[in-house]
Amino acid sequence: MSAITLPRQDTYLNINYGIRSWLLTTDHKRIAILYLVSITLMFVIGGAAATMMRIELFTPASDLVDAATYNKLFTMHGIVMIFFFLVPSIPAILGNFILPLMLGARDLAFPRINLLSWYIYMLGAGVTLWALIAGGVDTGWTFYTPYSTASPTHVVAATVGVFIAGFSSILTGLNFIVTTHKLRAPGMTWFRLPLFVWSLYATSLILVLATPVLAITLVLVAVERLFHVGIFDPALGGDPLLYQHLFWFYSHPAVYIMVLPAMGVVSEIIPTFAHKGLFGYKVVAISSIAIAVLGFLVWGHHMFVSGMSLHAALMFSAFSYLVAIPSAIKVFNWTSSLYKGSISYDTPMLYALGFIGLFTIGGLTGLYLAALGVNVHVTDTYFIVAHFHYIMVGGSVMGYFGGLHYWWPKMTGRMYPEKWGRAAAIIIFIGFNATFFPQFILGFEGMPRRYAAYPPEFQFLNMLSSLGAVLLGIGYILPALYLIPSLWFGKQAGPNPWDATGLEWKTSSPPPANNFEKIPVVTTGPYHYPGKQDKVG
Amino acid sequence: MASQVDMLFFTLLAMSVAVVVVIAGLIVYFGYKYRRRPENLVADQIQGSMRLEIAWSVIPLLIAMGIFVWGARLYFEMASPPAQARDVYVVAKQWMWEFQHQDGMREINALHVPLGEPVRLTMVSQDMIHSFFVPAFRVKQDVLPQRYTTAWFQATQPGTYHLFCAEYCGTLHSGMVGDVVVMAPQDFQTWSSQGDAETPAEAGEHLFAQFGCINCHKADNSGRGPALAGVFGRTVTFADGTTTVADENYIRESILNPDAHVVKGYEPIMPSFQGQLNEDQLLQLLAYIKSLGAKQP
Ligand SMILES: [Cu+2]
Ligand SMILES: [Cu+2]
Repeated sequence: MSAITLPRQDTYLNINYGIRSWLLTTDHKRIAILYLVSITLMFVIGGAAATMMRIELFTPASDLVDAATYNKLFTMHGIVMIFFFLVPSIPAILGNFILPLMLGARDLAFPRINLLSWYIYMLGAGVTLWALIAGGVDTGWTFYTPYSTASPTHVVAATVGVFIAGFSSILTGLNFIVTTHKLRAPGMTWFRLPLFVWSLYATSLILVLATPVLAITLVLVAVERLFHVGIFDPALGGDPLLYQHLFWFYSHPAVYIMVLPAMGVVSEIIPTFAHKGLFGYKVVAISSIAIAVLGFLVWGHHMFVSGMSLHAALMFSAFSYLVAIPSAIKVFNWTSSLYKGSISYDTPMLYALGFIGLFTIGGLTGLYLAALGVNVHVTDTYFIVAHFHYIMVGGSVMGYFGGLHYWWPKMTGRMYPEKWGRAAAIIIFIGFNATFFPQFILGFEGMPRRYAAYPPEFQFLNMLSSLGAVLLGIGYILPALYLIPSLWFGKQAGPNPWDATGLEWKTSSPPPANNFEKIPVVTTGPYHYPGKQDKVG
Repeated sequence: MASQVDMLFFTLLAMSVAVVVVIAGLIVYFGYKYRRRPENLVADQIQGSMRLEIAWSVIPLLIAMGIFVWGARLYFEMASPPAQARDVYVVAKQWMWEFQHQDGMREINALHVPLGEPVRLTMVSQDMIHSFFVPAFRVKQDVLPQRYTTAWFQATQPGTYHLFCAEYCGTLHSGMVGDVVVMAPQDFQTWSSQGDAETPAEAGEHLFAQFGCINCHKADNSGRGPALAGVFGRTVTFADGTTTVADENYIRESILNPDAHVVKGYEPIMPSFQGQLNEDQLLQLLAYIKSLGAKQP
């Protein structure tokens, strides 16, 4: 097989060459590719740590690695996956590439700040990786005090790395907000915005409002460690619950930073592959904002057994049920969007449907955790591990892979082999469930999380989970094996291979450096497909 | 309690299975029926339906509120131990559990309890945050440094059950485990009468004398500090007019940081005992002060 050469056409990829042209680029599309490469690397590192953990947990005793190493592995897995993969993945890669195209803009509002965000991300990742390699951190990604004040491992370096990366998030969020306000093409009103834009906008609000709190909290931990000022450590007169409040004030909204963009991706994929507008467009758009706002009021549901007051627990439980409603609404609308559609099952659609199923299970199990009396039993067990992996891996990672396959032809100008794409999607779906479903049962039976060794009666389910992880790992490796070769051998995608409606499909693939020959004028809603107008209810 | 928690859990399970079946069923049904075929190349453009939107917002909201109330009632019950519960004092530290029974027995990483009798735990950590978790009893409560938390359970089946530390507390967190042994009441009686140790309240009484507390907190209220009989659980009024219920943490604060809240009518002259008493001794003083309440007519 020889590489298929395309007729010469000016694209963002061939406008100039060389390492400098990439490292000094201000083109949002190239910056997205920089992020793609670096975030993928982080995903591999975080995944390697998870693999080690699952191998260790195959047997009850901590025999492959000792407890200290195991603790460092789950800490590394959590820090890398959350702060350096899940939070930035969809916004910084797909959002960066697609947002200006969807708006009909030539770039983000602040292209240089966009490049700066990437450098900050790299610096944060570098510092954190240094901490992890130099001996590791064993506090868990949550850095709970007083242990994080006392732990002899590289806590300060790791928190500094996460702190730095936070600024990358804040700048990206600001950039997206301003871009969405200022750079919409003529005729692109708010209710003509694609839902991916709505969800990125909601995500950006959280990034800008919540990340500073995390930054301050981590600074306080570092100050306490370095100067022995009592803030969180009761031995120094501090309050460890204050740390938990501050930490979750960021980290619960961070769940929505991770999942809202994936919801946005799904809201793009479903109309494209059902050839129809999304059911309840406005409701879905508004529910993104509702999630962003309500998400700030529920952080205490992580602390129901921490010794918080009964009244606080009541409030946080009630608000947690409220924030579930907009998510439920989205699920119902996505499902209804299939009604009377013309549905095809290309790879992105498989990921989107998988997302709906897994996110539904993740969301429903959230109702168990919000129920105070049940929370007491299942919190801090594998039930909660399973729950948030259904949201973050079943949800966010499925959304990310769906989006990556959906916009790959736009980003690269090439198609990947569809059969391999579908096979990988199905393997990931099965592998995911095999890995994480047994963990719900383990949790209900009482196996605590963050245990390097466990009683033998939990072994069977742990073995199932570890075997599932093998399948899941294969599923994650496959896309690398066909996506990378598709850069040379894939068939030409053309501007609009999926017959989709967004502005990003109105320009060539890959797009020219300035995105559009002529800025488009928008006259319709985002999912304007032919077909008879029908009303329900 | 375990069966009540399970009742809610399995109700939620039934509900979520129903939701998943409906959603997955609809996806499969629509997905098959409306798959793209030569005769179905064009979709019907349905914008949405306000009536459906309202229905599937309001109905889940009502169900959610029902679950909220159910879960909250259980939680309140978990937070309210019966008055006649048997006291066990717990000190958690990296990476072990220490227990002292109200009748004097002490044990490490094992907790013997009588069948059918409610057990109230008053817990404190000597270092990190730990969490007392017995899955079989559906009980879990974080154990904090410098602050008491309480939990209670009532065993309904004899046997040996896992005790886990559920809050990550450092290197050997997964080794911070033990057994809860539930014995028939008469067996427990035999077991707990083996030791001849002082009860925590007796030990506390000795400390009360040894540290000179007794010089000011005189039983007849003639001292420079208030008499402590019956103070536990009572509402006390401070010099600034605010009030609080004298619970475990108030007693603790009064010993370690007496100036924080001075009772109305008294001078802030009590010295702090910070650093002079270990967690065991503090719990014994607490047990003693609580026992003074019990002796009240
Ligand atoms: Cu949360
Ligand atoms: Cu512990």
